[in-house]
Amino acid sequence: MRRFTELIQQLEMSNKTNDKIAALVDYFNEADDLDKPYVIAMFTGKKPRRPVATALIKHWAIELSGIPDWLFAESYHSVGDLSETIALVLPPAEHLSNRKLHEWIIDLALLNGKDDDAKKEFILNAWNSLETQERFVFNKLISGNFRIGVSNKMLVNALAKQSDTESSKIMHSIMGKWQPSEISYLDLIAGAHVNTDNSWPYPFCLAYALEAEPGSLGPATAWQAEWKWDGIRGQIVKRNGELFIWSRGEELVTDQFPELHFLLNELEDGTVLDGEILSIKDGKVQAFSILQQRLNRKTINKSQLNDAPIGFYTYDLLEHGGRDLREDPLNLRRSLLVKVIEGLKNNEVVLLSPVIQFNDWEQLAEIRQGAREINSEGIMLKKLDSLYHSGRKRGDWWKWKINPYTVDTVMIYAQKGSGRRANFFTDYTFAVRDGEKLITIAKAYSGLTDKEIKEVDAFVKKNAVEKFGPVRTVKPELVFEIAFEGIAESKRHKAGLALRFPRIARWRKDKKADEINTLDDLRQLLQSTF
Amino acid sequence: MALIKFTSKGIYCKQGDFYIDPWQPVNLAVTTHGHADHVKWGNKAYLCHDLTKPILDQRLGADLNIQTLPYRKTLTINGVQISLFPAGHVIGSAQVRLEYKGEVCVVSGDYKVEYDGISTEFEPVKCHTFVSESTFGLPIYKWAPQEKIFSQIKDWIADNHDKNKTSVLVAYSLGKAQRLINGLDGYSDIYVHNSIANLNEGFIRAGVKIPETIRITPETKKEQLQKGIVIVPPALAEGRWIKNLTQAATGVCSGWMQVRASRRWRSADAGFALSDHADWPGLLSAIKATEAEKVFVTHGYTATFSKYLNSIGIDSEEVKTQYGNEEEEEKAEVVQDGIGNVVPGHITDKEETT
Repeated sequence: MRRFTELIQQLEMSNKTNDKIAALVDYFNEADDLDKPYVIAMFTGKKPRRPVATALIKHWAIELSGIPDWLFAESYHSVGDLSETIALVLPPAEHLSNRKLHEWIIDLALLNGKDDDAKKEFILNAWNSLETQERFVFNKLISGNFRIGVSNKMLVNALAKQSDTESSKIMHSIMGKWQPSEISYLDLIAGAHVNTDNSWPYPFCLAYALEAEPGSLGPATAWQAEWKWDGIRGQIVKRNGELFIWSRGEELVTDQFPELHFLLNELEDGTVLDGEILSIKDGKVQAFSILQQRLNRKTINKSQLNDAPIGFYTYDLLEHGGRDLREDPLNLRRSLLVKVIEGLKNNEVVLLSPVIQFNDWEQLAEIRQGAREINSEGIMLKKLDSLYHSGRKRGDWWKWKINPYTVDTVMIYAQKGSGRRANFFTDYTFAVRDGEKLITIAKAYSGLTDKEIKEVDAFVKKNAVEKFGPVRTVKPELVFEIAFEGIAESKRHKAGLALRFPRIARWRKDKKADEINTLDDLRQLLQSTF
Repeated sequence: MALIKFTSKGIYCKQGDFYIDPWQPVNLAVTTHGHADHVKWGNKAYLCHDLTKPILDQRLGADLNIQTLPYRKTLTINGVQISLFPAGHVIGSAQVRLEYKGEVCVVSGDYKVEYDGISTEFEPVKCHTFVSESTFGLPIYKWAPQEKIFSQIKDWIADNHDKNKTSVLVAYSLGKAQRLINGLDGYSDIYVHNSIANLNEGFIRAGVKIPETIRITPETKKEQLQKGIVIVPPALAEGRWIKNLTQAATGVCSGWMQVRASRRWRSADAGFALSDHADWPGLLSAIKATEAEKVFVTHGYTATFSKYLNSIGIDSEEVKTQYGNEEEEEKAEVVQDGIGNVVPGHITDKEETT
């Protein structure tokens, strides 16, 4: 546990990829062999069932630390993380334990089904035998939520380096089906489990955002352009008479999309399609908010099938006749893909994502302006001779997104941040005008520079009108331009609509509060996206 | 009548007609310690502990009218008996005890209860009214014992040496720097920034034992720094100078480093929760030891902390002051000139210093 805690601290302290990889390599060189598969599982988001409810954990921590509830709440607000708050407020441990990470994880899993007294005894004992930092890690083990900035790609690179194995092979094996309790580290790295499993998907090839003009990519003739769809990246695998649908989150989502199940009879064994799961109605791609109604549901009813029918826009073929095509160039893969899709009978939902015809970059830029009309986020640029890489690799695939929507709003509430920022107002709520009233439209956490934060903070302190706990109502005076990716109807929000991915684009010091946008402006935008 | 009043200029004692740590110029400023948020330029006269004088000389300039007082000696002004007691915060830091017609009030400035090895150890003083800081007035702030933090710092330095990195510790010039020098003495050569070296010289002249350090000059070689330990004030932590060192690894020493979000916010390579302020248990034990009937809570988590004191039966009130920004103040104080000559008291933007 101590070694793992050290790793977590190292990973948190650096934002340099090389440092993190070095820390991971050191860890996998030194750690207990039985711990390693659990760490890989954790970092790739394989979550065990939560053994103890958060409310109970919190309750016991408050009880043990002897502080009132409100003081715990304020501490939590300042720290910003429940596991950490608990670790910090508890009295110091009385004895220290040398138990290993996997032993803790196994014991935690065994708590499932036990009564609250037994759970409490175990948790309190654990807290009393771990140092503050270890306690924090232990609390995170209970919740299963480790957010420490280790991407799959980074982990894979570290494992590849540590074991001197090719990274695509590692990515492949950790994406497969395995249980940390059933596999040794060496078997996992060697991929012993994936060779016998039909379902395994390939690691997705990802694109970087294109910040410069596409002219910087060289002659347009070397590139294939497609629309960039705003759906769920998916891989459809057909092997040995079984069909599997994987999402980008490496989640098996086969059951969620019955519209695609006909492929079981239509695709040949040994076929893997890469593409985008979308809601497609009357041949038109729907907004992401429509697709959202179909996500993460255990059961699907008729009206959902009607309101948000699913389709699949495919743009790559990774396996054909059981052969891995990833080392073939894109144009070759594409021509095979065309054949596969054209060979499908009775098919209206699995379509080829169209290739955009263009002569030069200028023309493509013009075409790109029409992206929103077809609910596309912009254009994907793929080199015609590009291989299918594992993960993100700079150079061959680019996403050339259209600029986000923006709206001018006024700040009406501010709330203090957490941790060191507990002294600054960094979380703001923004409103647009609705007749004489102001109506809340988005909440955004900063996005400003440190200097701007301090300026806004000073304004809030001077212009607070009302105080609701940590929230201040401020004079509606500061105008901010909010950027967002989409807009959808919402019954939960007073405005009747919700913005997707809102963030502060810039502080419009040049504008006054009476120059902001109105709710009607946003309603019009909402209408035009359908 | 109460012995102290909180006014727009600072904490005022009407009976004695003097201020304690005023933030606007007054006739007599009784000074708890030398951090810039507690002592300002422009007062007609200052009264402080013997060891705070070299700091004021250094930071506010010579030719000031400064009267000094050792700990536990009494000086009477307009019938008010003034005495100073160790606050344990930094060298020379004092709690100011006022007594008038049997009424006792203690203004503690900044304090910590753990002995840091170099500042005179905190001493609780019984009083009717106590003024306390609350910088770390939340139960999440509980410091590990100093030896433990020092062994972490030493491990970190050793690890940096192994990796051919330069260890740069970021610490306030007054207080944290001397504490680090004392705690790391003999472990490796210690290189310090001018602002720290100047203060140390002042202390040494005043008879304080400060272990030997080496002042960083433009001639100091990168290789020397890499083999030793470098201590710089916060203003230099993100500067160009650090980027020129051989693989600098920065370690911030501050109580804020207790919380992960703060460690990341500071973008340091390591954070050590070494503080010169009392932690939560320290604040509570210090306040209880005064047996005060009334506690005024200044800078820090004022609202939360005074609410808690009231909830455990200690009559308390939060007070707005201008204390509690020693870090920003220090940034304003350090002007970097090449490798860093320091112009005391000169105010400049952070952007210009880095």
